[in-house]
Amino acid sequence: MQASAKPEFSVNITTNITTPAARETAAALPMRMTISKVNFYYGTKQILFDINMGIADKRVTALIGPSGCGKSTLLRILNRMHETVSTSRLEGEILLDGQNILAQDVTLLRRRIGMVFQRPNPFPKSIFDNIAYGPKINGFKGSLADLVEKSLRHAALWEEVKDHLHKSAYELSGGQQQRLCIARALAVEPEVLLMDEPCSALDPISTAKIEELMVELKNLTTIAIVTHNMQQAARVSDFTAFVLTGQLIEFNPTPQLFTTPADPRTEAYITGRFG
Amino acid sequence: MKGAGPTAGSRSLFSRMRDGDEIARLMTLIFAATVVLITAAVVWKLWINSALPRHKFGLHFFFTETWDPITEDFGALPFIYGTIVTSAVSLFIAIPLGIGAAIFLAELAPPRISDTLQFFIDLLAAVPSVIYGLLGIFIIVPLVRDVIYPVLNGSLGFLPIFKGPSYGVGFITAGIVMAIMVIPYIISVSREVLLSVPRDQREAALALGSTRWESTWQVVVPFARTGIMGSIFLALARALGETMAVTMVVGNTPKIAASLFAPGYSIAAVIANEFTEATGDLYLQALIELGLVLFLLTFIINGLARILIIVTTQKGSGVTQ
Amino acid sequence: MNHRLRWRKFVSNFMLTMTGVCAVVSVLVLFFILGYLLFNGGTSINFKFFTKLPKPVGETGGGMANAIVGSGKVLLLASLIGVPIGFFGGVYLAEFSGKGMASVVRYAADLLNGVPSIVVGIFAYSVAVLPFKHFSAFAGSFALGVMMIPITLRSTEEFLKGVPRMLREGAMALGASKWKTIVTVIVPAAYRGIVTAILLALARVAGETAPLLFTSFGNRFWSQGWSEPTATLPVVIYTYAVAPYEDWHRQAWAAGLVLLGLILVINILARTILSRGIAVPRS
Repeated sequence: MQASAKPEFSVNITTNITTPAARETAAALPMRMTISKVNFYYGTKQILFDINMGIADKRVTALIGPSGCGKSTLLRILNRMHETVSTSRLEGEILLDGQNILAQDVTLLRRRIGMVFQRPNPFPKSIFDNIAYGPKINGFKGSLADLVEKSLRHAALWEEVKDHLHKSAYELSGGQQQRLCIARALAVEPEVLLMDEPCSALDPISTAKIEELMVELKNLTTIAIVTHNMQQAARVSDFTAFVLTGQLIEFNPTPQLFTTPADPRTEAYITGRFG
Repeated sequence: MKGAGPTAGSRSLFSRMRDGDEIARLMTLIFAATVVLITAAVVWKLWINSALPRHKFGLHFFFTETWDPITEDFGALPFIYGTIVTSAVSLFIAIPLGIGAAIFLAELAPPRISDTLQFFIDLLAAVPSVIYGLLGIFIIVPLVRDVIYPVLNGSLGFLPIFKGPSYGVGFITAGIVMAIMVIPYIISVSREVLLSVPRDQREAALALGSTRWESTWQVVVPFARTGIMGSIFLALARALGETMAVTMVVGNTPKIAASLFAPGYSIAAVIANEFTEATGDLYLQALIELGLVLFLLTFIINGLARILIIVTTQKGSGVTQ
Repeated sequence: MNHRLRWRKFVSNFMLTMTGVCAVVSVLVLFFILGYLLFNGGTSINFKFFTKLPKPVGETGGGMANAIVGSGKVLLLASLIGVPIGFFGGVYLAEFSGKGMASVVRYAADLLNGVPSIVVGIFAYSVAVLPFKHFSAFAGSFALGVMMIPITLRSTEEFLKGVPRMLREGAMALGASKWKTIVTVIVPAAYRGIVTAILLALARVAGETAPLLFTSFGNRFWSQGWSEPTATLPVVIYTYAVAPYEDWHRQAWAAGLVLLGLILVINILARTILSRGIAVPRS
C-alpha cells in the first residue's frame, strides 16, 4: 500500500474496502487525510492496531463502534491531541494534504484541523470572545465582527444570538452552546473538522439541528465524526469506519456498510447483536 | 455527666438506651454550644472593653492621625494606613509569585512532583510568625538597607514611594516578609482551583491552535479566576492579622508616610507592642478598639474569600448546563 | 514557521519556565529558612541551652530551660482546654445535631478560626488576666486552647463523618445504642485522623507568640504552677531577637531552630500519616 504517493491524494485504502465497485468510488474521491499503518499505545498498552484508512475531502466520515473500542482515540490522534498525555506513543503515518502531520508544528496543525468535543465547552467569555479567541491568537487582522458573524451563520446560530453577542456563553442552552463551539472551531477556517460524539450530551431537537448542520458544513470543510449512534452515522455520513477493540474492521461508503456489510462483525454490530 | 432519670432496673432496655443517647447528645451539645458562646464572647468582650474610646472619639477615631498616650489623644489612622500599605506590598509581591507557582504545579508538573512540592509549601505555611520575624530582622532588613534601597532609591527615587532615607525597617520590609508568609496560601488554594478546571477547557483552546501558555493564561486561569481571587482574599486576611513578623521589622512608628522605606506601624503590631505598657484605661481600651477593627476587617475578608472559593469549585464540577 | 508563531512559542516557553521558577523559589524558601537557622543556631544547641536558666541582662551564657518547660506547660493545659471542647463539639456535629444548629456551630468555628491571634490574646486577657490582676500560664493556655478549638472541631467532624456507613449500621444492627456505637466503633475508626489533626493544631499554636505577650507574658525564672507569668519559647525568641545583645541573638537562633524543628517534625509526621488515609483539611 502506498503511503504518500500521488499528489491528488487518492490512495488505495487497502484491505478493508472489499468490493471493486466500492473501491472504485473510494479511489475516485480525493482523500484529505490518509492514515497508514497506525499503531497507538498508552504506555505499554496498545490501543490501536494497524489502522489504514482515509478521510475523504469535503465529505463526512463516521467512526462507529462499541464503547471503548478506540474510535475516540483514533479521532484524537488526527489533530495530535493525544500528545497531552505524556505516556502516549504513535507509530505510523498520518498525512494531511500529502504531508505528515507528525512532522509539522503542532500549533499550526491544530489550526488546520479543528475539534468539537463531546460536551459543550465554551470558554468563560462572551459569545463574541469565544469565537474571536481562535482568530485573535492566530493573528487575524481583518474585521473580527464579520468573522464572528460568518462563523455563527455557518453554525446556524446567528439569528438566535446576534443581539446578545456580549453575553456570557454560559447563558446559552446546551444545544446552543454546542453550536457555539462549532462556530468557534469554524472561525479559524479549518480544513478538517473533527467531532467527538458532539450530540451525546444534547436533547433530540438540538441533535437534529446539528445533524442538519453537518450536512451543510460538508461544503465548507471535511468532517470526521465519532458517534455511538449508528442511525446518526447512517443519516449524515458518506463513509463509515467500524472500529472494534482497536482494529479497523471495515471502512466503506456508508450506504454499503449499512446495507451489505462486508464483515460479519460489522453486521453483528449494526444489527444490535452487541455493543 | 450524672445519669439523671429513674432507676434503671424498672425501665425497659429500649428507654435506657435512649437515655444514654440523650445524655450523650446533651453533653456534646453543651460542648458545641460552648464554641458558639466563646465566639460570641470574643466579639462581646471586644465591644464592651472598647467603650471608653468609642464614646470619647466616636468615628473620629478612624480619621485621626495622632497617637499620643500622654495627651490621651488616640487615632487609628496611622495603623490602618500601615496595615493597608504593608498588606498591599505583600500582595503585590506574593500574587504573581503565588499564581505563577500554582500554574506550574497545576498545569505543568507531573502529579508526583506537584504533590511533593505542595507538601513543602504546606510546611512553609507552618513556620511560625516569630521565626519569619527573626529572619526578617537579620536578613531582610540588611537586604533592604544595603541592596533594595540603593537600587530603588537610586533609580526611581523621584517617586514619592521610594523617596527619603532608609534604616532597613519600614513598610517595604514588613511587606516583603509578609509576602513570604502569605505565598503558601495563594499557592495551595489556586492550585486546587486550577486542578478543578475541566480538562476540555484546555483541550478546546489547544485544538484551536493555542500554545500551552495561551491555553493556560487565556482560558484555564480565567475559568478559575473567582477561586484565585478567593485565595488572594484568604492571603489578605492572613496578612492583616500578621503580628510578630511585622512588629519586628516595620519600625514601630505611628506615622503616615508616602515612602515605602519609611518606618510605620500596623494595627496588630501596635497592640503587640504597647498593650503591656498601656497606662490608663483609655489607652488600653483604645488598643482594644483597634483589635475590634482588626477583627471586623478579617471577618469581612474571610467571608468574601470563602464565598469566592466555594463558587469556583462548584463551577468546575458543575456545569455548562 | 513564521515570525509570529516563533514569537508565540518563545513567549510560551519563557512564561512556563517562569512559573517553574516561581514554584522552585517558593519551595527553596523553606530550605533556606531551615538552613539559615541551622547555620546560625546549630552551634548554640547544647546541654546548657536545654537545662540552664537565662543569665542576667547583659551577661553571656545561660539557657532557655524555663522557656522550654514553660511552653510545654502552656501547651499541655491548652490542649486540655481546647481538645475536649473541639472534640466533643465535633462529635455533636457529626452524630447528633440537626441542620440548623450544625450550621450555627460550624459558622462560629470558622469565625473563631479567622480571628487574628492577637485578638484572641486580647480576649484571653479580658477573661483570664483582668479578673485576676496578673499574668499567668493559665491565661496563655486559655488563649491557645481557644485557638485549638476550631481546627479540632472541624477535623473531628470530618473524620467521624468519613467513617463508612457500613460500620455504623453493623454496630447498630447488633443492638448497640448510638453513644455506644460512637464510643466503641466510630471514634476508634476515625481515631488516627483525629489524633493527627490535633497534633497539627498543636503544632500551629506551639509557634504562636502574639497571644502570649499579654497572657503568660514571660519570666526569667522558673514559674510554679499555672498561675504565675511563664516564659515560653516563642516569646523569648521575640524578646531576644529585638534586644541589642549579640549573645541573645545567638540564643534566639538556637531557640528558633528548636521551635521550628519541633513544629516541622510534628507536621511531617502528621501529614504523612494522614496522607496514607484521608485528605488533609487545609489551613
